[in-house]
Parts: sequence; C-alpha cells; structure tokens
Amino acid sequence: MTEQTLTPTLNLEERFGDWVTPDTRKGYEGYLVAPEHLIDCAAALRDEFGYDYLASLTAVDYLPDGKMEVVYHVSQSTGGAPLVFKVQVPREDPVTVPSLVSVYPGAEFQEREAWDLMGIRFEGHPDLRRILMWEGFEGHPLRKDWKEAYYEEDTKPFKSRWPAGQVHRVEDTLPFGKNVKYPQGFDPEKWTPVEEEALYASLKRVPADEDLPTEQLIVNLGPQHPSTHGVFRMAVTLDGETIVDLKPVMGYLHRNHEKIGERNTYLMNIPFTDRLDYLSSLSNNFGYVLAVEKLMGIKPPERAEYIRVIMAELTRIQNHLFAIGMFLNDLGAFFTPSLYAIEERELILDTFEAVTGSRMMCNYMRFGGVARDFPPGQLERVRDLAFNRLPAIVDEFDAYLTNNEIVRARCEGVGVLTPEQAIAYSTCGPVLRASGVPYDLRRADPYSIYDRFDFDVAVRYHGDVYDRYLVRMDEIRQSIRILQQAVEQIPEGPVIEGKQQYQVRVPAGEAYGRVEGPKGELGFYVVSNGKPNPWRYHVRAPSFINLTALAEMCKGNKIADAVIILGSIDIVLGETDR
Amino acid sequence: MSESLNSPGYEIPDELQGTVAITTLDRIYNWGRRNSIWPMMFGLACCAIEMICTAASRYDLARFGMEVMRPSPRQTDLMIVSGTVTKKMVPQIVRLYNQMAEPRYVLAMGACASGGGPFKEGYNVVSGIDKYIPVDVYVPGCPPTPQALLHGLIKLQEKIDQQSLKEVPWYKKAPSEPIPVPVLGPDIMDPRDYEKIKQFTLQPVTPVQEEELSA
Repeated sequence: MTEQTLTPTLNLEERFGDWVTPDTRKGYEGYLVAPEHLIDCAAALRDEFGYDYLASLTAVDYLPDGKMEVVYHVSQSTGGAPLVFKVQVPREDPVTVPSLVSVYPGAEFQEREAWDLMGIRFEGHPDLRRILMWEGFEGHPLRKDWKEAYYEEDTKPFKSRWPAGQVHRVEDTLPFGKNVKYPQGFDPEKWTPVEEEALYASLKRVPADEDLPTEQLIVNLGPQHPSTHGVFRMAVTLDGETIVDLKPVMGYLHRNHEKIGERNTYLMNIPFTDRLDYLSSLSNNFGYVLAVEKLMGIKPPERAEYIRVIMAELTRIQNHLFAIGMFLNDLGAFFTPSLYAIEERELILDTFEAVTGSRMMCNYMRFGGVARDFPPGQLERVRDLAFNRLPAIVDEFDAYLTNNEIVRARCEGVGVLTPEQAIAYSTCGPVLRASGVPYDLRRADPYSIYDRFDFDVAVRYHGDVYDRYLVRMDEIRQSIRILQQAVEQIPEGPVIEGKQQYQVRVPAGEAYGRVEGPKGELGFYVVSNGKPNPWRYHVRAPSFINLTALAEMCKGNKIADAVIILGSIDIVLGETDR
Repeated sequence: MSESLNSPGYEIPDELQGTVAITTLDRIYNWGRRNSIWPMMFGLACCAIEMICTAASRYDLARFGMEVMRPSPRQTDLMIVSGTVTKKMVPQIVRLYNQMAEPRYVLAMGACASGGGPFKEGYNVVSGIDKYIPVDVYVPGCPPTPQALLHGLIKLQEKIDQQSLKEVPWYKKAPSEPIPVPVLGPDIMDPRDYEKIKQFTLQPVTPVQEEELSA
C-alpha cells in the first residue's frame, strides 16, 4: 500500500485555495486551515475525499509563539495513512475555535477534553463542560504557564535530584503540606459546588406524554459500582426502566499522564505508558516507541520487531480473555467464567514476568528495539501456548459461552450501533469492527511487520453486544495465528542496536504513532522542540473515545442493559481518564 | 489455630484434652474476625487488577476467609484502596469509609494509595489516602504482586490478633465521628483545613510569602 496515493497532498490546495496552507515548519506535516473555514473544509474532506473518520483531536500550546493550535488527524475508514490539519489561533483569552461536532460527532469528548485541559472554547459544541477535572477547578492544567502545586521545574531530571543527588519532599515546602493550591482571596466557606447542576441540566428530559404521564427519574451508576470496571459514572435519565438519556462522567482516575509526560524525558515516559491501559501495557509501549521512533527516524532490528509483535499479540489475547471474563460478570455469571479467563491470563503473565521482569507493568520496549531478549526456554513456552494451550482454551470458551441460551438472549440486538454511527462517533477496535467496518490498523495502515503475516480482520455485522463478544473471540483466534507464524519465523540477532542511553536525541517536529491496541486505535501524538523532553505528549485513548458512542448505544434500552453495553465496550479507566 | 486458642494459662485435665477448650474472649473474638474479613469490592486502578487476580483461583483469597467481596460498604470490614487516589475520587472514598460499619480497616495497596506513587506530582492526584482516612496496612509495589497483597492481608490479621475488646474504639459509648467529606473547589478542600486555607488566602501577602511565591 503506498501512502502517496492515499494522501492527496496536492489536491487539497487545488480544492480549497487559500483556505489551507501547507504546514512548512521543519518536521511538521499536513495543513493549516483558517479557523473561519474549518467546518466547511472538514465537511469537504469527509464528503469529497473520504476522510470520514476523525482519529484524534488535540491541542498544543505554543507558548513562545503566543499561539494555540488544535490538531486534527482524520483517516479514511477504508484505510491509509492519516491526514493532519491544524487550526492556529492567538493565545489570548478567550481562545475560540469552531466546533467540529456537527461534522464528526466523535469530536464531542475530545473537544471537551481540550476545553478542560487547554482552555480552548469550541463554539457550537452542544455540551461544553469540563470532562476530566470538575467544574470549578482553577485553570486549565495543560497550558504551559499553568503550574501544579508540586511544581519544581519545567523539565526533568529536577536539579534537586540529579546530579546533586539529595531528595527533598515538595510538600514540606508548601503551606498545606499537601498537593493543593488556592487562588488569593478565596474563601472556602463561601464556595458552592457547581458540578452536579451542570451535569443534570445537560441530560435530556423525558418527553411529556399527555395520555400516560411518567415520572422522570435520574439514576447515578458509579463511581463505586461493581459494573463500572473501575471508577466510572453514568448519569441516566429513565422513563420507567427505559433509558432516555445518558451522560458518562469520568475523570475519577485522571492522573495527569500528559502533564507528567511533558515534564519527563522521552525515556521516562515508557513506564508511564504501562499504566495507561494497565491490562495491555505492552501495546501501550509499542504505540509510544513507534511515535518517537518516527520522530527520530530509526528502525528496530528484525528480531526486536518479531519480539514486539509476539508480545503485542500475547497482550491482545490476555486482554480479550479478561474482557470476556469480566463481560460475563456483568451479565450476571458472577465470577465463574472470569476464573477460567484469569487462569489462562496467568499463563501469559508468567511469560511477561520471565521476559520483562513484571507481570503487568512491563516497561519493555525501547526506542530502537526492546530492553532484553527472551530468556532461554521462553520462546518454546510461547510456542507451546500458541500451538497447544490457547487454541484449546478458545474452543472451550466457545463451547460454553457462544451458544449459551442466556448469553444470546441477553446480548443479541442490545446496544446496536450502525456502521455509519460507529464511524461518525470515531469508535475503534472491536466496537467498530462489530458494526461491520473492517478497519484494523494492522491492515488499514500497517506498522511494524504486520504486513508479513497472514491473518484476517475480524468483523461482524450486527453491531450489537453479542457481536462485540464474537469479534473478541475471533480476534483471539487471529492473534494465535499471528503468534504461530511469528514464533516460527523469528530470526536470531540483536534486539537493540548501539549503546543504550538515558537521554535520546529527538529532532524537532511532530509525529503521530498509532497501533491497533486490544481496545482499538491507540495513538500517541508527540511534539518535540529538540529538547530532552516532549513539548506536547498526547494520548489518543481508544476507551475514552469509544465512550462517545455509549449514550447512542444505550438510548431506548433498559437500564439493566446499560451495564452489559458498557461491559461490551471494554473500557479501562486508566486509559479513559489518563 | 488450636495451639493459640487453647493456651489461656489454665491447665486442662488429661481426660478432657480434646473435648474442652478454654480460651479468652479476646482470642476467640479475634480468631473469628481475622478469618472472615470481607473486603469491599472497590477497585480504583491498576492495583485492582492484581486484587482480582489475588481473589482468583491461582492465589485464592478464600484460604483466608476473605473471598466474600461486597460492593456495599455497609457489609464490609476492609477497604482495599487499590490504586491512585485522585482529588475527584476522594470525596467518594471518604463517604464510603464513613458508611462502613465498625470495626473497619483500610489497606493502602500499592505506591499510589500509600503516597502518590509515580503520579504523585500530578495536579489531580492525592499524595496517599492517609491524608484523609486512617490506614492500617501499607503494601508497597507498583502494582504489588498477589503475593505481596496476601502478605499485607496476613499483616492485617496479625494486627487484629493484637486488639482487645477492652480497648477497641468501636465499643465506646458514642459512635465515632465521621470524617468530614472533602469538597471540590478551585482545588480539593478538606473541611478540617478551612482555617488554614483562609489564613493563607485571605491574609495580605507578607513580603516573605511574596518572595516564596515569586521564587
């Protein structure tokens, strides 16, 4: 697949004239679009050029230039490299950019995130509230001039730690001894929280029916609720038992991945990516190193490529096993199926522990390779898993679950998402493919060495909860196929070239690296200014963006089904909230 | 168990050995409690996954009588704070803690719950749950392995063994005071700190503070 044919680099200027200008900064690509023409331009890209899928939307604060930039990555749902376009606005409050929700409904949460963390007001957004922090929080934390309470320096390593070597605790220097700060003149006793009113006001009301008046009921599921897979909350309006409207509330695990990532050096970020989607840490490593390798212009040696693929596919298998186990929990098959799933997952975790040193937080991939080779015997163990153990276990799951009457009765026809909606809402991974869109980045925009393997893109066509379960089962089978080929073909050789360094030299520029993680398209947008730390570090989190479609899937269903619809998306809060 | 239960310092006649057990009230009470700790089904982050694995068949919490995880705080004895505590989540955690019936215990699982962990410097991260609620056992690790969590739970059992009915706070005349729930303002506010906050924000800035602020 040639990227040139799919990226119409020339046509854009012909079509749009002076609406767009090529981004000529060194290391940058794509186009700058004039803010006043943004909506028209995006609509034309979607309708005329086939860029119907908004992959990622984020903002960058170019403080020295006095500019804010919103960066859009759009793809064609038929495949190909993404197209980048940007909008630049002066960095003077209020920073406003037109909202793209009318063109790409999948922009809804991403724009809310950019408003929350960067303070960019999207005009025309239907519900522009903070999404990760709470209403009333002081400031927009990802702006470069915003400093957290524990601020020491702009970038690491902090001088207090290195090279001086002594460690002091920041909280000892603060008046409260805690990670808090308050604006001058603030009186805590006069404060009234505003968060909940804004949320409930944004929920749709039950339409008034004169014949049969029903009472409207608002129910909160979570954040402490066994079905929410962590600390996630749904505010639901009910008409009887039927869901009229639903708003996800997140941020309960927002641990400032991006702000910390911009203080860290490039290498320091790898263990942090482990903790994004903590069920599939190796996929996260993979996406991040791909993005930085793109900036640095290096490639790992052959053996490392194979090891990466093996680890990423093992990760996918154990993630899907866990997802299926927990999904059955949500269905009410309390913990028995997940015990089986966890048993198999432990086998894979043993390999992770032997190879990387840790069960969950692997911290294994490096720029230009992987940290260390397989220890003796582990490749044979993976081979045994791939050829004997795992295929048998998938068949066992299949036999017990797939045609189980209760599973089918609960799942079929529930939480339907049409292909058009799935693309419009920027869903990805199993959610998108269960809706009949065969979009898998390993095929659509191949990275690493996935173009060498023989496998099928799992796709199902009903778009309901049951099909999402089936897609995960299919994907486990396909991953086993890839594993079988990879362990057969893996060559000998080094796993990383050159001497390993703590500081890597990353030329100035931007890069968007993406992988097909178990949850979907996991993208890392990294902007470098040539310094040892990334200027901007953004994670396109599949769980987060898949939730944009949650309300659409739930409307009209019963409240009991909201639990399994959420379970079928398979969210991990570490990634949703970052 | 019989060894520790059956040695209260009284001699049991030979013919009654194996039929009669003499023990102290504290011991039998603690023995019952230590072997039926019900944790709350409450996961915050990465550590929750390891907690689930600990409860699953390979590590099997049921060996300690702890497999009964309850989603309702009313029915639980132990809160395993398994993961990063964020400012947005702290009010809910404190509320859950207040809703738990006494005796109640808190185990801070992992680096984040113990002290903020790798995310400590984050603007939305609380530097350890012990800033808000009392913690009985800390388990280090990021995340702690299931073995480490089990070790922490055994430590909690040892702590329970040491407690005496005469001294425990939950048999006092009045119920213990609930912990004030933090409020989400421009930043998280602990109602216990209001005076301190006001001192800092409402007083005119002294030259020393000004120097600190600009530094």
